[in-house]
Amino acid sequence: MTRQGRPRALASRSGAFAWGAAKVLATAFVTFLGLLLVTFVIGRLVPVDPVLAVVGDRAPASTYQRVYLELGLDKPLYTQFWMYLTDIFRGDFGESVLTKRPVLQDIARVFPATLELATSGVLIGTLLGIPLGVLAAVRQGGISDQIVRVIGLIGYSAPIFWLALLGLLVFYANLGWVSGPGRVDISYEYDFTATTGILLLDTAMQGRWGAFGNVFSHLALPASLLGYFSMAYISRMTRSFMLTEMAQEYVIAARVKGVPEWRIIWIHALKNAAVPLITVIVLSYMNLLEGSVLTETVFAWPGLGMYLTNSLQNADMNAVLGCTLLIGTSFVALNLISDLLYRLLDPRVRRRA
Amino acid sequence: MFHRSIWLATAVAAWAAVQGAPVAAETPPDTLIQAWSIDDIISLDPAEVFEFSGGEMLGNSYEPLIGYDVDDVSNVYGKVADSWEVSEDGKTITFKIKPGLKFASGNPITAEDVVFSLVRAVKLDKSPAFIITQFGFTPDNVEEKIRATDDMTVAFEMDKPYASSLVLYCLTANVAMVVDKKLVMEHAEGDDYGYNWLKTNYAGSGPFVIREWRPNEAVVFERNDNYHGDAPAMKRVIYRHIPEPSTQRLLLEQGDIDIARDLGPEEIEAMKSNDDIKIDEGVKGSIYYLGLNQKNEYLSNPKVAEAMKYLVDYQAIADTIMSGVAQVHQSFLPKGFLGEIDDAPYSLNVEKAKELLTEAGYPDGFSVTMDTRNTADITAIAEAIQGTMAQAGIKLELIPGDGKQTLTKYRARQHDIYIGQWGPDYQDPHTNASTFAYNPDNADDAASKPLAWRNAWDIPELTQQTDAAMMEGDAKKRAAMYEDEQRQVIADSPFVVMFQQVEVAAERKGVNGFVLGPSFSDNSFVGVTKE
Repeated sequence: MTRQGRPRALASRSGAFAWGAAKVLATAFVTFLGLLLVTFVIGRLVPVDPVLAVVGDRAPASTYQRVYLELGLDKPLYTQFWMYLTDIFRGDFGESVLTKRPVLQDIARVFPATLELATSGVLIGTLLGIPLGVLAAVRQGGISDQIVRVIGLIGYSAPIFWLALLGLLVFYANLGWVSGPGRVDISYEYDFTATTGILLLDTAMQGRWGAFGNVFSHLALPASLLGYFSMAYISRMTRSFMLTEMAQEYVIAARVKGVPEWRIIWIHALKNAAVPLITVIVLSYMNLLEGSVLTETVFAWPGLGMYLTNSLQNADMNAVLGCTLLIGTSFVALNLISDLLYRLLDPRVRRRA
Repeated sequence: MFHRSIWLATAVAAWAAVQGAPVAAETPPDTLIQAWSIDDIISLDPAEVFEFSGGEMLGNSYEPLIGYDVDDVSNVYGKVADSWEVSEDGKTITFKIKPGLKFASGNPITAEDVVFSLVRAVKLDKSPAFIITQFGFTPDNVEEKIRATDDMTVAFEMDKPYASSLVLYCLTANVAMVVDKKLVMEHAEGDDYGYNWLKTNYAGSGPFVIREWRPNEAVVFERNDNYHGDAPAMKRVIYRHIPEPSTQRLLLEQGDIDIARDLGPEEIEAMKSNDDIKIDEGVKGSIYYLGLNQKNEYLSNPKVAEAMKYLVDYQAIADTIMSGVAQVHQSFLPKGFLGEIDDAPYSLNVEKAKELLTEAGYPDGFSVTMDTRNTADITAIAEAIQGTMAQAGIKLELIPGDGKQTLTKYRARQHDIYIGQWGPDYQDPHTNASTFAYNPDNADDAASKPLAWRNAWDIPELTQQTDAAMMEGDAKKRAAMYEDEQRQVIADSPFVVMFQQVEVAAERKGVNGFVLGPSFSDNSFVGVTKE
C-alpha cells in the first residue's frame, strides 16, 4: 500500500492543492514508467521468440526475417522501448499478434468480464467476511471462532482449481442449481447487446430479465468461489483487527459506562478496525482484478487472466504491456479511493487534511 | 443454534447430491455447439491461417479450387474448379471454373477471384505462402505467372514441371482457398489486399459463413444461404473456447454442448460407459518424434542413435499414457499419405541397446538433456522414455518449458534431445520429406531450416532424392521413391519417430454426421444432423 495519494495533499489552499496533485501525478507517472520498463525488459529476456507467435513454426526464412524487422526486433532494447512509449503517447497501444486486434479493443472486451466477476467476488467476500470475522473475535476460542477459522483455513489452503471443479460437479452437474461454465447461454447470447460488457448491467438496463437471470446463474458459482477466497482473507484479518480493538481501554471504559455490548462491537470497535480493513479489502479486490487464470480456465470465463497468460506465453508484448498499464491504473485508482475512505472514517486523517 | 443450522444445511445439501442429476439440458435443435481449445487461432485470413483450429474454421466456410475425398485421399476432385489440364511441358496447369457459383455475399465466383486469391497469398507472404511459392512464384512474377485467360479460365504457370499430384494437393490447402475479390477489395487499405479487414472477417463461398470470432471465447458460424451445394441441416454452429478437459466433459454430460474435442485418455475411458455419449475418432497426420541433435558428441554416434530407438517402449506408451489418442508409427509419412510404409522395426530392447552402446564406446551410458513441452501428454511420454533409457544407463534429464520456449531453443539447435510433434502442411508426401529428409545447407546461418537442419543432420544424398521425388510425374515411381527415403530415415536418422496422433471427439448420442478427416481442415460439421 503506497501512501502517495494521501489526502494531506488535498489541502484547502489551492496552491498546496495543485502542488499535491502534481506530486501524485508525478509519482504515478514514474511508477508507470518503471512498471512498463520492468515488464518490457522481462518480456524481452524471456527465452521465447516473439516472431514465432506471428509466423508459427513453418514459415520460410524470408517470411521470418520480414516479421522480425516489422516487429523492430533488430533494434536495441532501449530503442524498442522508446518506440513503444512514443506510440502510447499518441494513444496507440499497438495490436496484439494473437488476436490481430488493437490491444485497447481486446482489453475493452476481456476486462469487463473480469471486473464483473471480481466485483461480485469481493462484495460476497466483504459482506460475509466482516461479520464472520467479528463473530470469531467476539467469541474468541469458542465454537463459532473455530468454525470461522477452519473455513478460513480451507479458503487459504485448498487449490482454487480443485475447489472450482468440485463446485461445478456439485452445484452445476449434480444439483443443477447454477448454470455451467461460460458467461451466458447460447439461447440468450443474442438477446441483448453487450454495451458495457458487464452483462448483469447490460441485461438489466435493456430490461432483458430472462437473460439477466441466466447471466446471474452463470456468475453465481465463480463469484461465490472467488468470494469464498477473499472471505477467508477478510474474515481472518477482521478477526485479528477486532481482537486488537476489543482489548483497548476505550472498550473497557465503554463497558464500565454501561454501553450495550452490541454497540461496543459494531459501532465503536468495528469503526476503528475499519481503517486497516479497507486496505485489506482493496488488496483483495486488486488481487481479483488481475484476473485469476485458474478460475477463468475452469469456468471458461473470457477474462483478463486468460488473456494476459496467453499473451505472456507467446511473448505478445503489446498485449502484455497494455494489461500491465491497466492493472497499474486500477491499482492507483483503488489506492486513491481507499485514501478517500480513510478520510471519511479516520478523524485523525480528516483533521490533518 | 448457529452450528446446528449449519449441520442441517450440510445434510440437506448432501441429501440433494445423492438424489442424482437433474434432467440434462439440451442445445437448440438447429444449433451445434462444440467445446474446443481454440486459443491458437491468430487469424481468419486464408492467406495467413496455418493453425489447427484456424484451419478447421476455414475448411467449413471457404472452398479451394481442388478437394480430395477424406476416405481416400488419392481421389482428387474439383471444388471451385470444374476441370483442369496439364500442358505438354508439364509446367502449366489450366483450370476451368465451375459456372454459376456464388460467394456468400452474392458476388459470382470467376477466374478473377481465383487469380486474386493466389496472387494475394504470394504478395502478402504470410507463413503458409511457401506452399504456393515453392512452384517458382515470387511477389514480382506472380501476376504474370498466375493469370485469368478468360472469365472462367485460370492459367497456373510454374518454373519447372513438378509432379502434378504434388501441385494439386498443394492447391487443396487453406492458403489456396478462394476469396471474394470484390468484397475484400472494398475493405483494402493501401496495398494490404484487404488483409487488415479479412484477418478478423469473412469473404468466402463455403457452406457456412463465419459470423463472429471472439478470441479466447467463441467462433460463430451461420448457414450460407447462397451456398451452391446441399443446404446444411444446422442453422448455426458455435465453437466455444473451453480450455479445461474436465469442464468439457461436464458440459457434454449435462448436454450444454454437443461435441467435446479436447478429452484426454482418462476422460475418454470414463465416458465409454455413458450411454448418452459416443466416441468418434480419426487418424490425424501429426507425428510424435524425438530429435537427436547431431551437434552433441554422444548423439552424433550412429550407434547411440540406433540404441535410443530400442529404448522407447512404443507399445506400452500407446496402450497406456496415449491410449486412444495415438498409435505406434515409425516412418516419417503418416498413414493415408502416398508412399507411406507401415514398417515398425523397433521395440523396447534394453539388451540390444546396451550392446550398441558398448560398441559405441559408452558401456556405462552418459547424460543428456531433453527439452520437454509442459503439456500433459508430452511430459508423460518423456517420463516414460526417461525410465526406459535409464535401464541402459542413459541419464536423461528433462527440461520442462512452455511450448514456445522449447521451440525457440529447438529452432536455434541448442537442444540435446527435443521431443515434439510434426503435422503435415498439406496432403502430399513432399511436405514431410522436405523436412525429415531434406537439408540443403547444414551451416548455422542456412536459409532453409528443416527438421533435419535443426538436428544438424547433414544428408546431401537424401536431399537430392527428395528434390527428385518432387518432380517425378509417375505416381507409382514417386511412391517408391518415398518408400525408399522412409526406410533410410528409419535406419539411419537422428529421428526416433514413435506415434501418429488419433483425434478423438466425444459427441452426444443424437449428433450424427460429424467428420474427423486426415487434416484439421478436413474436419467437417457441414453434414451434421441432430435427432
